[in-house]
Amino acid sequence: MSSSTTQTSTIGAIGAPSRRNTELALLVFAVVIPLFAYMNVGLAISGELPPGMLGYGLGLGLLAGVAHLVVRKFAPYADPLLLPLATLLNGLGLVVIWRLDQSERLQQLGKASFGAFSAAAPKQLLYSAIGIALFVAVMLLLKDHRVLQRYTYISMIGAMGLLLLPLVPGLGKNIYGAKIWIQVGGFSIQPAEFAKIVIAVFFAGYLMVKRDALALASRRFMGLYLPRGRDLGPILAVWAMSILILVFETDLGTSLLFFGMFIVMLYVATERTSWIVFGLLMSAIGAVTVASFEPHVKVRVDAWLDPFNKEVIASTGTDQIAQSMMAFGSGGTLGTGLGQGHSDLIGFAANSDFILATYGEELGLAGIMAVLLIYGLIVERGVRTALAARDPFGKLLAVGLSGAFAIQVFVVAGGVMGLIPLTGMTMPFIAYGGSSVIANWALVGILLRISDTARRPAPSPAPNPDAEMTQVVRP
Amino acid sequence: MSELTLTVMRLGFLAVLWLFVIVAVQVIRSDLFGTRVTQRGSRREGGRQAARQQAAPPPQRQQSGGRQRRGAPTKLVVSEGTLTGTTVALQGQTISLGRAHDSTIVLDDDYASSRHARIYPDRDGQWIVEDLGSTNGTYLDRTRLTTPTPVPLGAPIRIGKTVIELRK
Repeated sequence: MSSSTTQTSTIGAIGAPSRRNTELALLVFAVVIPLFAYMNVGLAISGELPPGMLGYGLGLGLLAGVAHLVVRKFAPYADPLLLPLATLLNGLGLVVIWRLDQSERLQQLGKASFGAFSAAAPKQLLYSAIGIALFVAVMLLLKDHRVLQRYTYISMIGAMGLLLLPLVPGLGKNIYGAKIWIQVGGFSIQPAEFAKIVIAVFFAGYLMVKRDALALASRRFMGLYLPRGRDLGPILAVWAMSILILVFETDLGTSLLFFGMFIVMLYVATERTSWIVFGLLMSAIGAVTVASFEPHVKVRVDAWLDPFNKEVIASTGTDQIAQSMMAFGSGGTLGTGLGQGHSDLIGFAANSDFILATYGEELGLAGIMAVLLIYGLIVERGVRTALAARDPFGKLLAVGLSGAFAIQVFVVAGGVMGLIPLTGMTMPFIAYGGSSVIANWALVGILLRISDTARRPAPSPAPNPDAEMTQVVRP
Repeated sequence: MSELTLTVMRLGFLAVLWLFVIVAVQVIRSDLFGTRVTQRGSRREGGRQAARQQAAPPPQRQQSGGRQRRGAPTKLVVSEGTLTGTTVALQGQTISLGRAHDSTIVLDDDYASSRHARIYPDRDGQWIVEDLGSTNGTYLDRTRLTTPTPVPLGAPIRIGKTVIELRK
């Protein structure tokens, strides 16, 4: 009897504190750092404190404050790190975009190609405000993330629609070879940024139902679980879809993002390594095939393989990748200092796709590692949320969203640094671009909602009326 | 602006940036939460238990230990009933079954008692099922349990409409 008594143990959850004050402290820190950077840029460029410092500081502080108060009121147990990390990235992005606005070279380029130069930083602040507004809306309207489960198949149709929108004649807009924008009124929108959230909902809902069929009905062959032919259907469908995106929208990034996200979620749902092997094989086959006949993709691959080759630069018409790699190189370990680099030589898209090169040059390896670590921490918090979530749908959704975030960071950073062919995606939060900032704030909002549900202490069990009925009577 | 000031600001900014990252990681460290395992049972019993384990003849333990390691179950699977599909990893802890809220597996079964049965490893690592004086009884295969009984791998343990198996 006593042998088992000593091994009896109770397993219970430790009540997690709400940690809203930690969040507030970090948030203040996250607003002060961009202000410091702003001051730094101003002093380096013109030798005096920049005039708009108070405005940007107040703007960012106000946005962060509103977001914090909403989280405090409507998601008191949410993760304390996600909001400060995202705010810091957004703030740093604003500073570096403002810094690139000050570059005379970029101002002249803007005048030459669009007739007039318009500063990007005020627009980015506006987009950030819209992003925070959407974040607040997610917090207010999405009381429970499990509601999204009801819209599994609607979100599939919605995501397909969003992805196909740029192909609609008259609506879609071809900018520098990639058809991933749509033109609505005076704004161009990248629907893929929003589609990634919507499609995460579909994948999570679908895989939650089908995971057992995908995981268990398989044969073992050479240490790998081979799925049955009919279970390959969904993965083939998603693969075909991403190939279609690659062919018709000629955008490697979006295609890679969706397929990669599906593989990540499939792996998490089924715990089968074979899916990763299949996924990598299929994406490699698809990418190589498309790259061999699609001219736009081929140009990108050539520019990636040999960025410093004069012929390649002449045929692609741009030396962006070469300039970007030079920027990273000239930054060295500690960087040239904010406002003192020459990353504006990249020219077009220096403040959107290539913004990471400015960080690399002006903050150096030390700075870019910190920035990438901050991205890593956001992904870590997302995965941690998935681990803590109690419902399978929430787990898969959190994994899918943070996986999409991670893949996006990898695709952009890899493209800018010359690790993989460059794609037309933007660095979440720090790059100039409305769709990206707005969609990523919504993504953080959903992650915070899931983490609030996951970390909320379980309600104390109601007194059980049956407890008195059955009793152990021992002599 | 003098060169020195700018250099100091540049290094200062990197330091502040890294300070933020380090503070964030510290928050993660202090934020680790999960399950807390509370050992119950008096210390004296524990001591006596340990003493008895040491007193047990080593050859026998080695023999049974070796046998156990080859065919030891690693998880407990609910194969029928409302909780079908639930698995619990077997890591040497006692698993309590019943309708009581603090049971390891909370049975939602009209024929189960609040504290119905428990499954625990004995000193040799053999898993034992014991009925805790339940109203409707616990069945191993077809036989109603009266004493703590070793559970073979894959044998169905029946509690009301729920069936539980130990699997590798």
